[in-house]
Amino acid sequence: MIKKRLVIIGGGSAGMAAAIKAYELGERDILIIEKNAYLGGILNQCIHNGFGLHEFKEELTGPEFMTRFSKKVEELGIPYRLNSNVLNISNDKVVTYSNSQEGIVEVKADAIILSTGCYERNAGAIQIPGDRPSGVYTAGQAQLFVNCYGYLVGKRVFILGSGDIGLIMARRMTLEGAKVLGVAELMPYSAGLNRNIVQCLKDFNIPLYLSHTVKKVEGLSHLEKVTIAKVDEKMNFIEGTDITFDVDTLLLSVGLLPNVDLFNKLPIRISRTRGAVVNQAMESDIRGIFACGNVLHVHDLVDYVVEEAREAAVGAVQYLNGELKHEGHVYEVNPGNGIGYVVPQIVYIDDVKDKLSFKFRVRKPYKDVDIYIKEGDKVIKKIFKPAIIPSEMEIVKLDKSLFLKEANEISVYVEERK
Amino acid sequence: MKELTCIICPRGCHLVVDDELNVSGNTCPRGAVYAKQELTHPTRTLTTTVRIVSEKEVSLPVKSDKPLPKEKIFDAMALINKTSVKAPIKIGDVVIKNIFGLDVNIVATKDVSR
Repeated sequence: MIKKRLVIIGGGSAGMAAAIKAYELGERDILIIEKNAYLGGILNQCIHNGFGLHEFKEELTGPEFMTRFSKKVEELGIPYRLNSNVLNISNDKVVTYSNSQEGIVEVKADAIILSTGCYERNAGAIQIPGDRPSGVYTAGQAQLFVNCYGYLVGKRVFILGSGDIGLIMARRMTLEGAKVLGVAELMPYSAGLNRNIVQCLKDFNIPLYLSHTVKKVEGLSHLEKVTIAKVDEKMNFIEGTDITFDVDTLLLSVGLLPNVDLFNKLPIRISRTRGAVVNQAMESDIRGIFACGNVLHVHDLVDYVVEEAREAAVGAVQYLNGELKHEGHVYEVNPGNGIGYVVPQIVYIDDVKDKLSFKFRVRKPYKDVDIYIKEGDKVIKKIFKPAIIPSEMEIVKLDKSLFLKEANEISVYVEERK
Repeated sequence: MKELTCIICPRGCHLVVDDELNVSGNTCPRGAVYAKQELTHPTRTLTTTVRIVSEKEVSLPVKSDKPLPKEKIFDAMALINKTSVKAPIKIGDVVIKNIFGLDVNIVATKDVSR
């Protein structure tokens, strides 16, 4: 069995950023395992721009952003295996992977960082009513076909879900000559960034149907018709609101879920992010197993994925050097009023070096709100926000010195100003 | 009079611009700047792909190195879709120089070694 100090599973932006950070902190015995034939993960197919505004202070496309990291990985000589699928992680941190050259390989790792990203909810996951014809794709699948394989998947397109990938694909398909007839969103507000509504829909006069969803999918072998209808507050269809579109393609942009399959057999708790419960070091319930990026919670900006990956790398190196003590005062972090989730869920405050960040999302859009961070019944931080929306993750960085070490519960909540 | 949604920050102000380009509805100065640019000379960065002859890839991602006038986007797409390049290609390599004389180049956004 091979031995490695640090094994990183997934060579996308999170995995590469974690590897580079661990290297910079002095760790040399690293292995990245990547299932695809290339590093960079999903950014390879995200050819649009808007990446890197925080990280590089410039607007890059997905391939440009990830190339900066893959070049650095090469330059530092950090070893990686491509075309290698991880089959299992055991309780005692043996990682089993396979590829066509080496067969099945077992690596005994001292620490593991899981950075396997997320996957798309599909037609089965949302129980789409009607026939099961071809021509129904997830937006990311269509993105891969169009951008990497050069196939336009259809000519007349309807999109369900206003997530960013759906909006981006509405523009992409239109540019390549397809007719996008509309985007339906179940909620009364868009799930995507405002700028994408403007740049991807309004620019091309593509209608957005809020509080609408697909009622019927028709087509014997290939998709022929999609019928949408309006829903009330209880998500029931409102009679007489049906609109039918003659289309050959339905794209689904109905949410992303952390790809935590490799954690399924391990005694690791899953949080309401659908990723692992982690502490301030991005460490799961098993000491020495870390998670970062979209496998932990789905991010809207890769810049924040990279930042989180570095936190996980710092944690992993601390662990490898025996500096994660898991002793002293410990907090449980809970989402309060208006907050969907908070990462991390556990904080060993004495293991924090100087700063700690809480990442969270609100459940619905708010205007003129204060974000409160409370230890027990004492407010330790209050931040005003003119606007806050569910599709944009909030990050609050706190100095270690702000924590009082009196209570064991921290809550994060919002209150609207009147 | 025109109405538009500001895309500068998540607040998404509802902007109203009159015929003399006076902006209202913005809660910060950036909204006014955006609205004026958007109504006088709207531009967009174009990202798409071109065909590539390569052992590994069939399409090469590209972008306009500066924003293009919005009304030229579909003309640019038509020209780009007639273009083909050969590997090796490096990020920043010019695929179409000075498109329509607009002082904008279409450049590669990915390295393709062979």
